[in-house]
Amino acid sequence: MSDLMEYQAKELFAKHGVTTTLGKVVETADEARAAAEELGGVTVIKAQVKAGGRGKAGGVKLAKTADEAFEHASNILGMEIKGLTVNRVLVTPATPPVEEYYFSFLLDRSNRSYLCIASVEGGVEIEEVAKTNPDAVKKISINALTGVDEAKATAIVDEAAFPAELRDQAIKMVQDLWKVFVEEDATLVEVNPLARLEGDKLEALDGKVSLDDNASEVRHPEHEAFEIREEADPLEAKAKDKGLNYVKLDGSVGIIGNGAGLVMSTLDVVAYAGENHGGVTPANFLDIGGGANAQVMADGLDVILNDEQVKSVFVNVFGGITACDEVANGIKGALEILGDAATKPLVVRLDGNNVDEGRRILNELNHPLVTQVDTMDGAADKAAELANA
Amino acid sequence: MSIYLNKDSKIIVQGMTGGMGSKHTTLMVEAGSNIVGGVNARKAGTSVELGGKDLPVFGSVEEAMKETGADVSVVFVPPAFTKDACIEAIDAGIGLLVVITEGVPVQDSAEVFAYLDGKSTRMIGPNCPGIITPGESLAGITPHTIAGSGPVGLVSKSGTLTYQMMYELKDFGFSTAIGIGGDPVIGTTHIDALEAFENDPETKAIVMIGEIGGDAEERAAAYIKDNVTKPVVGYVAGFTAPEGKTMGHAGAIVSGSSGTAQAKKEALEAVGVKVGKTPSETAELMREILQSL
Repeated sequence: MSDLMEYQAKELFAKHGVTTTLGKVVETADEARAAAEELGGVTVIKAQVKAGGRGKAGGVKLAKTADEAFEHASNILGMEIKGLTVNRVLVTPATPPVEEYYFSFLLDRSNRSYLCIASVEGGVEIEEVAKTNPDAVKKISINALTGVDEAKATAIVDEAAFPAELRDQAIKMVQDLWKVFVEEDATLVEVNPLARLEGDKLEALDGKVSLDDNASEVRHPEHEAFEIREEADPLEAKAKDKGLNYVKLDGSVGIIGNGAGLVMSTLDVVAYAGENHGGVTPANFLDIGGGANAQVMADGLDVILNDEQVKSVFVNVFGGITACDEVANGIKGALEILGDAATKPLVVRLDGNNVDEGRRILNELNHPLVTQVDTMDGAADKAAELANA
Repeated sequence: MSIYLNKDSKIIVQGMTGGMGSKHTTLMVEAGSNIVGGVNARKAGTSVELGGKDLPVFGSVEEAMKETGADVSVVFVPPAFTKDACIEAIDAGIGLLVVITEGVPVQDSAEVFAYLDGKSTRMIGPNCPGIITPGESLAGITPHTIAGSGPVGLVSKSGTLTYQMMYELKDFGFSTAIGIGGDPVIGTTHIDALEAFENDPETKAIVMIGEIGGDAEERAAAYIKDNVTKPVVGYVAGFTAPEGKTMGHAGAIVSGSSGTAQAKKEALEAVGVKVGKTPSETAELMREILQSL
């Protein structure tokens, strides 16, 4: 799932007719000043990071003048919110809400369907409302086949008890938000706060959208524009370019395995083993999938060996359709491709189909960096020990 | 006995003529599965030889079922076309629909799941290795050489952990091993498989493998408490997964404080399920149970 930033979510809102104010996204304080001047009046300077609680962290400020906009933007740009650096701010006209509501559509995993959550009791404090007054937070299930038509939207608005004078606007907005959800293949479309402005105008003041990566791949090539390359971890970006399923973590034992479940399990087993070896932990998640040929193995090792934190690498492969001898040849080929670039010790655990032949190939290779251990737990222990050396 | 799949199952393959489809149809034939044909509208009326068997290609699932009596379909079509392939098979009244395809948009899966309501089809997957009843039949991509027939029932979100566990317990063997898939929306759940294993006389004990994301394991724990009398051993992957990062499987993601491995482990242990710290320890727990039976 890919989370979008607020300004990106609002672009999708606008595309589907949801009332919102786009404002201007800028990356410097000077640009913020210019944007505030252009908009005129009081503006809000909002940090753009993929994290909640931006306001509480000091990442959202009101600016009465363009100079104040400059000042706030200078403070907010570069700020860290939940470990994320703020590289851009959104400058929008300040539109103080008369009332704040909450609205979302989301994928409901438990019921394998969709859910609408709406509350007129509370915008940004929705989590508090959910605890203290759960009846005020309406949860309405949605059939994935029939979706949200005008009748369903009306039922949602009435159940949530939107004020009568906003009813028609709310019904239209619910339908437009549903369009965002289905037409963009989102797993979450959240408006918080959904604001009642002066003059009884309903507007999405803030928005959050998560997109389904599978759907973006299959039918939304345009979603690629939402990816902000320079903010991606450089190793994750490199892995992505090579088509590898890689997540950077902060430990020192590099991990390569086949199959998402086995790799997750490998991370856990290494973390347990690390408890006996100075607390070392896994450096990454990397699933090379079923293929595990030499090129994929070399690409994977190349990414991991470029991680300066990595001290040792654990290659954990279960030979299924791709048998262990092919995997062993893959490792052999990868070491040939990498040559002198392979500098860190490799602990290899092979099991499964043709395991004897696979182990024989690696024994024969007799590479100074490669240690074979027969069991997953034993190999994890060895890799942790080498990372702690 | 077994669950969902046995030696009498007649299997067709949707997407049999594609790369993945033909490779794995060959392997299924080698595993002893009764593959009776494939479906590809553009190649209807032709036939393909796979694994030494001459397999007819039909224009639709309906036609294939009529001509062959097939009751199982394995789907290898690309993700963009998976929804339509599933709907076609469900409309034709297939009994078991095994969807191997990875990368299916989750809204497509949600629509197919809603479409299953009131229909006679059981769906397994998507994004799964399928199901194997060793010595009888394979509908999917699980290597059939890992383990033979025996008393253990296995249900897992993950393919390779299924293989790993089958390998660790190969001296005991399996009644049926089923990979339910790592997507957020899947057809057959841990609970469905637990219910079927509980009712299968040949299954003496059950291994349940979960991973981070969602609350399927917690719900399975509640189900076990009230409905399962056979011994269950559990394993959960992803204790070290950071919050908010998708770990390979589209459904494997910790959101805030929900979906953590720790919560799943605690839920299972609270109902008396022993949970192994590693796959080997899990296999060891099962081994102890099997030896005491």
